[in-house]
Amino acid sequence: MNRAQRLPLAHLWVAFAAFGLASLMAVMQAMSRAEVQLPARTAAIYYLSVTAHGVLTALVFTTFFIMGFGYVIARTALRRPLVGEGVAWASFWIALIGTLLATLVIVLGKASVLYTFYPPLQAHPGFYIGAALLVIGSWGWCWVMVRTYRAWRRDNSGAPAPLAMHGLLATVIVWILATIGVAIEVVVLLIPWSLGITKTVDPILARALFWWFGHPLVYFWLLPAYVAWYTILPREAGGKLFSDPLARVVFVLFIVLSTPVGFHHQFMDPGIPAGWKLFHTVNTFAILFPSFLTAFTVIASLEVAGRMRGGRGLFGWLGKLPWGEPLFTSVVLAMTIFAVGGFSGAVNAGYGMNAMVHNTAWVQGHFHLTVGSAVALTFMGLTYWLLPRLLGRELKFPAFAQVQPWLWFVGMMFFAVANHVTGLLGMPRRVYDPAYFGAAAARAWAPWTAVSAAGGVILFVSAMSFLLVAVGTALWGKRMASPPEIAYAEPLEPVPPRRSLWDRFGLWTVLAVLLVLIAYGLPLFGLLRLERFGSPGFKPF
Amino acid sequence: MKVYLYEKIWMWGSALLIVAFLGSLLATTFGLGIRPPSHVETIDPKAVRTDPRFAASGVTVRPDGSVRVVALAQIWAFVPNEIRVPAGRPVTFRVTSPDVLHGFQIVGTNVNAMVAPGYVSQVTTTFHRPGEYLIVCNEYCGLGHHVMAGKLIVEAAP
Repeated sequence: MNRAQRLPLAHLWVAFAAFGLASLMAVMQAMSRAEVQLPARTAAIYYLSVTAHGVLTALVFTTFFIMGFGYVIARTALRRPLVGEGVAWASFWIALIGTLLATLVIVLGKASVLYTFYPPLQAHPGFYIGAALLVIGSWGWCWVMVRTYRAWRRDNSGAPAPLAMHGLLATVIVWILATIGVAIEVVVLLIPWSLGITKTVDPILARALFWWFGHPLVYFWLLPAYVAWYTILPREAGGKLFSDPLARVVFVLFIVLSTPVGFHHQFMDPGIPAGWKLFHTVNTFAILFPSFLTAFTVIASLEVAGRMRGGRGLFGWLGKLPWGEPLFTSVVLAMTIFAVGGFSGAVNAGYGMNAMVHNTAWVQGHFHLTVGSAVALTFMGLTYWLLPRLLGRELKFPAFAQVQPWLWFVGMMFFAVANHVTGLLGMPRRVYDPAYFGAAAARAWAPWTAVSAAGGVILFVSAMSFLLVAVGTALWGKRMASPPEIAYAEPLEPVPPRRSLWDRFGLWTVLAVLLVLIAYGLPLFGLLRLERFGSPGFKPF
Repeated sequence: MKVYLYEKIWMWGSALLIVAFLGSLLATTFGLGIRPPSHVETIDPKAVRTDPRFAASGVTVRPDGSVRVVALAQIWAFVPNEIRVPAGRPVTFRVTSPDVLHGFQIVGTNVNAMVAPGYVSQVTTTFHRPGEYLIVCNEYCGLGHHVMAGKLIVEAAP
């Protein structure tokens, strides 16, 4: 392992530690909702653990993994050292200190406000300050990524960025646009309020700022996974990328459309006019389009791979694909699950239909298919691919790495399908115990919460298998004389030598900012003009 | 940019599917008037119990036969805890919170609203099936979130 690998590896280990702790919380929660009497099962521990699970997976695991992966891409796709490695390390420590501070406050029971931290629930100031430090650290990552790209561009005037870097730059832009919302919420509203400097906070304004961040956050997770699907999977499958230019279009569409969609999380909120919710709905459906394009390009790339491996016939190529490769299996299963998650997502976005599923278990079913599988399982597959290349060691316990994605797939099917069903039957999400004093409606949920708990146990076994392979590889993996290189899929048609419209990040960012100004500027202006009454903080936990 | 024929077919198909989704959504919005509850009205959360709009919670039948329900969602109960409404008539719920965020969801119906301190949530529906319904809070509101529940009784029209 040379020095350059330490930076991404440090990020990956923080991500894995967060993931391991979160998995333990998760299996407890799934069992609690099935009314399994675990020792020390209390409401306080349950809501504490839901908070920890949400923060550690949605914010810590993903952000650290993406930062680490981004550094790998920048260095290997651009074939140059990072610009500002010192800033990168400083950012890592800032983000880590923030994470440790927030986690400590959560574990002490002083911040059981869930990862959405909606005021007027008021956490200990350490929670908000920790979250702010995590975001500030990630901004340092953005700075290094952009600086490194600009240095590369100076030496390669006119050439488009390699596709993997193109996708990561889109991720960076989406993240900056997204985090402006949450930074205003946390720094302007919540930190002074939790310190007692200000007395009240408007909860609807805070929710609007949170979801300005909360939905593009989804694409911040998803775009690096798409980078893997487009630029790593086809090569590992033994083929080529079907279309490089369309992939660029896809990433650009995400830059433009990721942010002006957040009101679809607030369909049921008072204080936001229906017309603005409809505007965000239209944008939300538009953002389905780049994912449809991705489905075509990635499956076509796999067919190219299958045929290059000698596959014949309409479906004969499928059998020729390298199903024994952990990266391949993880990513293909992740994509399969994502197709189901996309369906439930379209229901969530369905303006009127949302009333049937809002804040029910359906929603937790949905995002465990999307971020919890499409993204998380892709990241696990990427880990199997990255660790040998970064550590120079062979994967330890490869059989576990082969079985683990299937376990995740099966466990998630139990878990997520059951949650979708209980959601349609009206079970609220995030409840410690869904007995509701024996109400008839609640009795109908019980068989399904048991299925969900069974899924949770399978997922836990899968998560532990993943960690066993990761830690085993680092400690006991056989050293390789020449580790495989980090290389990206070649496109079927050569990439044009000049930058095209779809490589002009500045232009698309301006368009995205304009859309955000319309989608949020106008309705927030309307909100601020109301006679509003803020809320003091409450700590009912 | 080279785009293959199958790719073009897929792109047009995807675009049409999205247009069909949006078309059906706009048809239900403007044709059937199905919109999410988006009432804009503010209230001082510290003075909810003395505010004339919420001082008396409960059910009133208005001259036109429609029904109005005024309720509070608070840590960790709904006030009133039991609501009786007639079947087959439009019922408008007006709900607010004196403390944290809550949800107001009537299981097995399309009533689902966020309840925020400082704002009045309003949602209208017609219950066609008489019977007993479970009202749950579906937004986390602290340690008693899972016991925050109420009862709606829809009575058959006489």
